[in-house]
Amino acid sequence: MTLIYLITIFSVAIFLGVELITKVPATLHTPLMSGSNAISGITIVGAIGVLLTSVTLDQAGWLPFVLAAVALFLATINVVGGFVVTNRMLEKFKGKRS
Amino acid sequence: MITNLQAIVAISYLVSSIFFIFGIKRLSHPKTAPRGNRLGAVGMLIASLTAFVDFGYVQNNNVFPVQFLWLIGIAIVLGSVVGVLTATRVKMTGMPQMVAIFNGFGGAASFLVAGVYYQFLLVDGANTSEPAFLLATGLSGLIGALTLSGSFIAFAKLQELKWIPGKPVTYKGDLIVKVVLLVSLVLATGWFVIGANTLELYWLVVLGGLLLGVLLVIGIGGADMPVVISLLNSYSGLAAAATGFVLENTVLIISGSLVGASGLILTAIMTKAMNRSLQNVLFGGFGGATEGPSADDVYGGKVKSTSAEEVAMLLKNARRVVIVPGYGLAVARASGPTRVLTELMEADEIDVAFGIHPVAGRMPGHMNVLLAEENIAYEKLIDLDTINPTFSQTDVVLVLGANDVVNPLARDPKSAIAGMPILDVDKAAVCIVVKRSLSPGFAGIPNPLFANDNTLMLFADGKQAMEDLVIAYKEA
Repeated sequence: MTLIYLITIFSVAIFLGVELITKVPATLHTPLMSGSNAISGITIVGAIGVLLTSVTLDQAGWLPFVLAAVALFLATINVVGGFVVTNRMLEKFKGKRS
Repeated sequence: MITNLQAIVAISYLVSSIFFIFGIKRLSHPKTAPRGNRLGAVGMLIASLTAFVDFGYVQNNNVFPVQFLWLIGIAIVLGSVVGVLTATRVKMTGMPQMVAIFNGFGGAASFLVAGVYYQFLLVDGANTSEPAFLLATGLSGLIGALTLSGSFIAFAKLQELKWIPGKPVTYKGDLIVKVVLLVSLVLATGWFVIGANTLELYWLVVLGGLLLGVLLVIGIGGADMPVVISLLNSYSGLAAAATGFVLENTVLIISGSLVGASGLILTAIMTKAMNRSLQNVLFGGFGGATEGPSADDVYGGKVKSTSAEEVAMLLKNARRVVIVPGYGLAVARASGPTRVLTELMEADEIDVAFGIHPVAGRMPGHMNVLLAEENIAYEKLIDLDTINPTFSQTDVVLVLGANDVVNPLARDPKSAIAGMPILDVDKAAVCIVVKRSLSPGFAGIPNPLFANDNTLMLFADGKQAMEDLVIAYKEA
């Protein structure tokens, strides 16, 4: 049952994505891409999640925890860097008129 | 039975998804876009905080595990510092490679999370034999790994790192190698789902995905990078969505598929603008059939060169001027003097517009960002379909650092770029091309535009030419 429900969400989100993106003008395609790039860093949720496991070092060893921390580090760069750089770009589009 | 806390978690994820959706919706207009981006950031904050409650309490029988909170703290702080430093320092010309490497990081995070989560389930002795779970895990590993290594190669090519050639790397039988690797990876993933459900096989699929990413992108030339970046953007989203299926997490699935759809649409726009199919970009080199006239036939004695003073006179007497910029303009740092010239012409009540080809620059919409950085108003940046019908009423077209996108050979069904949408600059009364020499563009073919009766060539470095034009225009 859960699977059907997740597949439904996935399909609806794909259609919604297509509808939303086709309305973005070519002028804004680069900020759109860097902004959506930041959103794809949503794996940050999963990375926080796996580090909140009740599995202990004795059970699994160091390696998976190191990998999870690397994942969280990379996802954070993706999210924070992505939003900051998109903001930088969009500020240039805003306001200043010649 | 669903508890109160479970309901709060589900609603919080829904709220952050709504923030992402409205964020992207607001990105469709320059005025609302900065707010849209901030909405996305708020959505991300809500989702991250919810993760602590979700995985910490709800999925842990309400006992919050504090053992690795310090590690979470360190990773988030370090990641934020690196993210802010990179994002505030990168130049606008370097935007494509930065987006490329960030895509790669997203892909890496996805396959690492899926792998570690899978390992913890195995350690816990939980049931891991659900085919849907295994398929999601395998796909997360494969797509995530492909995104990481592909993005890294794209980054290296765009950054022009020495150890990796910008040109497509081809060798005998490369197509077979790629297809065989792809098929074996699909089979290995299938075996992971229905056969050997082991951690070793998962990481083997990841390794294969890394290799495939390298082989695919190394065979693609610098000119096709806008397509590659768009596609990798899509993959980073799909990898996140696959990880969402692994963790049965709705916000990962929703945001991952939004990004996946976004990347796919941009890929389609880019391939259409280059008149290529996706297979052709991914598997075939460019310029296989280069039938057509040689450079000598096209240019022989027909190219007229001009001076800054003459161009200034033409501009001064024009009523409508269209500037067609290419990436060369930004590389030559000529956008500053171009803006000054634009302002001078507008002071003389000349109608000035910029004609932007979809593949001008190195990623979708890149040229617009580069011009916006120079305070050129976005209302003046006109896309291909809108500007093309207006060239016949245009007095002067100024082509700056663009070549293939204004090549009239695209209208010849026999040429290598046949059918590629171009800017019809040859329909204007006068066309001035600012260029260092007659060297060909990425497509490697001569451009008959340069030899047209109504074309004048201004041979110079882009920045120097524009500075000279500003001086000459003031004096004219």
